[in-house]
Amino acid sequence: MRLVGRRLALYALTFWVAITVNFLLPHLMPGNPIQTMIGKLTGTVTPAEIRSIRLAFGGGVDKSLLSQYFTYIGQLLHGNLGFSFTNSASVSSILRQYVPWTICLIGVATIISFLIGTVSGALLGWTRGSRLDSLIPTATFFQATPYFFLATVMLLVFASNLHWFPPLDGYNISSVHPGWTWAFVFSALRYGQLPLISIVLSSVAGWMLGMRNMMITMVAEDFVLMSIAMGLPKRKVIWAAARNAVLPSIANLSLAIGLVVSGALLVELVFNYPGVGDLLLNAISSEDYPLIQGIFLIITLAVLAANLLADLVYLLLDPRTRTEVAP
Amino acid sequence: MKSLRFPRSPKVIVGLVVLGFFIFLMIFGPYLAPYSPDNTSFAPLLTPSAHHWFGTTSLGQDIFSQTLVGARATMVVAGVAGLAATMLSILIGISAGYIGGFTDDGLSLMSNVFLALPGLPLLIVIDSYLPVNSRSNSLIIGLIISLTGWAWGARVLRAQTMSLRNRDFVESARIIGEKRMRIMFTEVAPNLLPILASSLLFTILYSIGAYVTLAYIGLTSTSVWNWGTMLFWAQSNNAPLSGEWYWFVPPGICIALVGTSLALLNFGIDEFINPRLRAGGLSGRQRRRLGMPRRQRLGLTPVVRSVTTAPRISVQTQNPVTP
Repeated sequence: MRLVGRRLALYALTFWVAITVNFLLPHLMPGNPIQTMIGKLTGTVTPAEIRSIRLAFGGGVDKSLLSQYFTYIGQLLHGNLGFSFTNSASVSSILRQYVPWTICLIGVATIISFLIGTVSGALLGWTRGSRLDSLIPTATFFQATPYFFLATVMLLVFASNLHWFPPLDGYNISSVHPGWTWAFVFSALRYGQLPLISIVLSSVAGWMLGMRNMMITMVAEDFVLMSIAMGLPKRKVIWAAARNAVLPSIANLSLAIGLVVSGALLVELVFNYPGVGDLLLNAISSEDYPLIQGIFLIITLAVLAANLLADLVYLLLDPRTRTEVAP
Repeated sequence: MKSLRFPRSPKVIVGLVVLGFFIFLMIFGPYLAPYSPDNTSFAPLLTPSAHHWFGTTSLGQDIFSQTLVGARATMVVAGVAGLAATMLSILIGISAGYIGGFTDDGLSLMSNVFLALPGLPLLIVIDSYLPVNSRSNSLIIGLIISLTGWAWGARVLRAQTMSLRNRDFVESARIIGEKRMRIMFTEVAPNLLPILASSLLFTILYSIGAYVTLAYIGLTSTSVWNWGTMLFWAQSNNAPLSGEWYWFVPPGICIALVGTSLALLNFGIDEFINPRLRAGGLSGRQRRRLGMPRRQRLGLTPVVRSVTTAPRISVQTQNPVTP
């Protein structure tokens, strides 16, 4: 499994870069943001909390940058992401509360949109030149629309005008409390629908257009003509062509997942969904740097994990990658 | 180089017209705006009318003027970011593909790392540490966006450069003794033009999205009007819930239209690179007129044969030289 090993090494390196950037930014930016932030906080939070914030940035200013860097990494390894002063809680405990919402929403939305997009893209590529091609300009428009704008329009039309969906929040905050009760799960499913639909609508076009182009190239391959000539049922031929066409689209997931997640985070913001995206906005507007940085690290980690998952799927689908010959 | 035959499909024409319109707005928008975008002297939340085409905000600002003025900042930042990122990707992609060896390994690793890093969250972290006066500087914001947007182009250019590296014309340039830099940028680069153009459009598209998003979450200066800040104010005043569609629909549609025009042009370039995609652009009526089958037959790439290119023997071509 050389491929997996190599990809794993790449992702580990990427995560290290993310950590290093995260550490260096506040230290190298003009105006000394950490000092400013702590200056503003003095008097509003306890000295122990200030010490905790300082420690999460690598300790005091009296030490060298390198020793601060090692302190910072040591803190990360202990799971200490710092102290969020706006929420008066440690960053990791806040993240634990918000991350599951985001992973459920964006994870499910991404899988649904990838499936719908790939299947419809394969059909569009197969029936190239038919009436279905008129979908392409519409798909392009949806692809070019920012996720949050589409979400805003959906919110206006389907929640506040037609009242088909509840408008804001992740569950009915006035009637149910978070916990593993049926009432809560149903409420969460109900409130998740509109954000889910808008993420799927925004991201499906990208998968569809990519798959269509690959499918068109694939349909012209000899093996497709051969399988038709052999008299295989059409369903089987389409399946064979689609299986080969989907490979590049899975191989390119690494670019796409980052974009989809970034876009979807903002959808949470529109719907006031209790996920990481909404948290991030609040952290930005109150300049809660420890929280912003913690969110960045957790998003990076999630995106890299999703990439690794995509690589494993690729390995499963393409037998050529399983031979031990270097490509 | 011979002039390139760019496909004149409806997609490309529509894309060019729409993009041209917004470039016009970028240049002249601020002069065409009927009022100052900051002018708060009108009644708040007017619906669209002859006086205020797009209505007014809750502070009584004219939304039409804001949209016109906002075109400039949005397009300039996207352009700066797109150009800078493309320069980076040319530099890194062509060097990696042409030089090879350790240089290639290092540069490829770097672009793979940047591809795997989620760009927007990184941008948000960088931007949140920027001092407030830098946030209003379009150039700085554009350059930061370009840092997160170059990797894809570099990867594509590298792959294409590698396939060109050992072609005869490059070999002969090497044998003549041309310098490496000269070969890379005068022999190899011109052959990457279609891919370069496609990568530029793609990067500008990404940059518009990134810039508008940063503005939407309040990370650019609110003193600079762009389509993202308009959406920011609409969202923070709960416009979507109170039904004030005219506040956020104009800037959103503008963003989507610019993006669509770039994507349509990209289709044109794709069709130029891969002619198989081209015939897909014909409508049913055009197909019938050209006598093409409605459904395509497998394994065959339909070729549009216009009347003028049909073989026709004429006296002129039979006797090209007259004594």
